[in-house]
Amino acid sequence: MAKIIVVTSGKGGVGKTTTSAAIATGLALRGFKTVVIDFDVGLRNLDLIMGCERRVVYDFVNVIKKEASLNQALIKDKRTPGLYILPASQTRDKDALSMEGVQTVLNDLSEDFEYIICDSPAGIEQGAQMALYFADEAIVVTNPEVSSVRDSDRIIGILQSKSLKAEQGGSVKEHLLLTRYSPERVAATEMLSVADVEDILAVPLLGVIPESEAVLKASNQGAPVILDQESEAGQAYLDAVSRLLGEEVEHRFLEVQKKGFLKRLLGGKK
Amino acid sequence: MSIFNYFLKKEKTRSASVAKERLQIIVAHERNKRLQPDYLPLMQQEIIDVIRKYVNIDSDQVSVQLDNTDDCSVLELNITLPE
Repeated sequence: MAKIIVVTSGKGGVGKTTTSAAIATGLALRGFKTVVIDFDVGLRNLDLIMGCERRVVYDFVNVIKKEASLNQALIKDKRTPGLYILPASQTRDKDALSMEGVQTVLNDLSEDFEYIICDSPAGIEQGAQMALYFADEAIVVTNPEVSSVRDSDRIIGILQSKSLKAEQGGSVKEHLLLTRYSPERVAATEMLSVADVEDILAVPLLGVIPESEAVLKASNQGAPVILDQESEAGQAYLDAVSRLLGEEVEHRFLEVQKKGFLKRLLGGKK
Repeated sequence: MSIFNYFLKKEKTRSASVAKERLQIIVAHERNKRLQPDYLPLMQQEIIDVIRKYVNIDSDQVSVQLDNTDDCSVLELNITLPE
């Protein structure tokens, strides 16, 4: 049985797809057979972030409508062994995903894979609810910014009432992932701190990803940022994957790092 | 940074703490609403309609609130009657 993890946020543009790509790659790097599914029907983007956009032939909706088999639609990642991508459809039909269809695909994948990562679309509409419905665990991606925190709270409410786990009287295990964090701005009291966001949302912290130039660079190149292990963001994602697997890893990149003389002179980059 | 900026910065309100305060209030408010049963708004409307049969009141003169304690829920009904 695979563990199903949804990456969700409510608000758009906070880093769900970046996180889905990084976490899925990280789990595969640790030797787990992992598939990452793009639930954003009509606005497919995970393929670009994973760098496999030119290899998409069939998609999630084709599989649900039985126009293609799972094996035909799954794209094997070229960089990381044991990692597969199931791309979203570009159809404009919003109702292309059906609850039964999604369940069948997840059940079939469960037999083969150890982790299924569901990359949720933004919002709280049908697509987002479908992505989180079957989840065992949820990674709530949040920026230290008012609208993102509020939307995260809404999506947490939906996880607690409208997921299969909740309907069965259990609960989805929630993780908070704070992204685009800037310790400098927190120190200047211009940005909500990790403690502030933890206080408001009351969800256990999975990790903090610092604002980093490496993220844009990674998406430009179509290589998940976790593979850039020189970068702070890449290292922070590696730590988050370890914590997801139950290991205790100390949080890094939360404090302002004093630049050394040489780094200041040369203009060190993150 | 000029010396003026230095003083200006000190006077600036700490926007992060403003953000936190606003969020705490709105999130608590929205969570409270979320915990309410779906029938509450409709029930409130019907209660108002019944009272209106006898007394002329505005809908904002009635407040209906459901408080959940450990083992029971209390429905609080507050009606301001005109003089």
